[in-house]
Amino acid sequence: MTSADLTADATRRPFTGRRLRFGDAVLQVVAGAAALAVTVLVGLIVWKVFEQAWPAIQKYGLAFITRVAWNPVLGRELYGAGSFLFGTVVTSLGALLLAAPLAMGIALFLTELAPKALRGPVTALVETLAAIPSVVLGLWGILVLGPVLRSTVEPWLHSAFGFIPLFGEPSSAGASMFTAIIVLTIMILPIVSSISRELFLGVPHDLKEGALALGTTRWEMVRGVIFPYSSGGIAAALILGLGRALGEAIAVTQVIGGGVSIQWNLFAGGDSLASKIAASYQGATSNLETASLIYLGAILLVFSLIVNVVAQWIVRRSARKHGITRGGHA
Amino acid sequence: MSAQGLTGPNLRHDRLPRRRAVNRLMETLAWIAAAIAVGILGVVIFSVARHALPALNFNLITKDPIQFSLTNAPQGLRNAFVGTIVIVGIATLMALPVGILVAIYLNEFAPASIRNAVTMVLDVLNGVPAIVIGIFVFGLFVVGRGQSGFAGSFALACLMVPLVSRSTMEILALVPNSLREASLGLGVPHWRTTLSIVLPQSVGGILTGTVLAVARVAGETAPLLFTSSLVGTQTSWNPQHALQTIPVAIFELSESPDPADHARAWAAALVLLLFILFTSLGARWLANRNRSKLAAR
Repeated sequence: MTSADLTADATRRPFTGRRLRFGDAVLQVVAGAAALAVTVLVGLIVWKVFEQAWPAIQKYGLAFITRVAWNPVLGRELYGAGSFLFGTVVTSLGALLLAAPLAMGIALFLTELAPKALRGPVTALVETLAAIPSVVLGLWGILVLGPVLRSTVEPWLHSAFGFIPLFGEPSSAGASMFTAIIVLTIMILPIVSSISRELFLGVPHDLKEGALALGTTRWEMVRGVIFPYSSGGIAAALILGLGRALGEAIAVTQVIGGGVSIQWNLFAGGDSLASKIAASYQGATSNLETASLIYLGAILLVFSLIVNVVAQWIVRRSARKHGITRGGHA
Repeated sequence: MSAQGLTGPNLRHDRLPRRRAVNRLMETLAWIAAAIAVGILGVVIFSVARHALPALNFNLITKDPIQFSLTNAPQGLRNAFVGTIVIVGIATLMALPVGILVAIYLNEFAPASIRNAVTMVLDVLNGVPAIVIGIFVFGLFVVGRGQSGFAGSFALACLMVPLVSRSTMEILALVPNSLREASLGLGVPHWRTTLSIVLPQSVGGILTGTVLAVARVAGETAPLLFTSSLVGTQTSWNPQHALQTIPVAIFELSESPDPADHARAWAAALVLLLFILFTSLGARWLANRNRSKLAAR
């Protein structure tokens, strides 16, 4: 092969090269369009939800958010989100309070305590819990769990802690905010515990072993090393769990019992934002009621956006911090 | 990093019995927590199975429900099974290409800033409550046109896209860069490297991600309530009309006062639960196998 041939070959290159780059451009544009479409979709969701809620937003303004009312009688229509906001906050915070320690325990069990033979199966079982559809959990909640809570747990809590208003007289229906809290706890437990488990697995061994070498017990090591090291991630996991609990509609609708009033009694019925939408949408009698229901959805959407963005901000910040810490240890 | 509690006074030797007792208590509590989680799973599956078995027979998938039935004629939920297959099938066809393309773009083409931003968008989309997705699709397709299976599929696809993208991105990141470099070094253009070298390596992972997403949305009720729930009792394969689905059927039957309806709800719940458990456990098993295969390279 002479140098002339090589030069000729080199001059031909750009032609084939351009065709090749054309293929690159096509794939990049098509794939990029998909990414753009997903981004636009999120914007479209926000716009469409607020557009549909607009008649109610226009009529009631921000006073809607705190007003406790839901009266669909034509001519005397008055709607407000107050009691549903209350129901949402009580049920999801209640679920978070129950799920947080349980999830920490599960994650510590899976990373620190469990014998090797149990680790894999129990991890799989906990994740299987997340796979149970909410409607099945709701069916179980209303037909099995609710009656049990109503006949045993609620009266017991009432008689033992009745002096606290939260543990008031159990309702006769077997559907209550308390049942909803338990069902939500079951739903968010696997999420929080599997994220925490991954966080705990990421704690450097030299830190853990260093603490144990100082003579700490296992629990002191957990408190002194694992928890501080993963605190940011745990917060994010809890917030993500909270987001899941806020938005769950179906299972909560099935077990919460319904009602439009603020009652500081966990054993009374109520409604959350999401459950009110699911329960009333098919029976909505006027356009204003539909718009008001969607206003509830808009509040829910804003909640979930805030919750998610905050959780991710925490995750990113703690990832950055740990990147530096890890570099320091290497 | 602070190491709370690991300072001298707290580690005193004379407090050792107390410290050991606290440690034992905490370890026991962690065991109990794990036992509670496994126990709940067992109780839920057991009670669904116990209530479902008496009602479980072939009528469930071969017979349609009867509206306002006054006799004891056997009823099933054939329409719901058919509807779920149609709606979830179409949703998968919508979400799969989009989800994979998004992942390809983010992993193979996008600069870091765009990758971070769109990944965040995917996570936000994943966090939007299913019922809000239902409201969105209701406003987009249902108002003025009526409910349809397509609208239901679109709603489920919105839930599937972030799941498929995230799992595809994870598996694309596992494909060794040496493979890409070898292919590019041989003069294979970027797009062909992506489509015929990188993608085939990740087929297994993409498949498991898709199966997990299918298992997740097959049980979704809330988005379908707005988009495909006002239905008759006839079986239909036509997604231009509203179709009944298993989750919506369970939801409606569970609110009914008739115990016979509850029995059918339990039976449908067991079928749905078994489908979801088998597919998601199977997918996880496949994923672990794939991952260790890719990692061993």
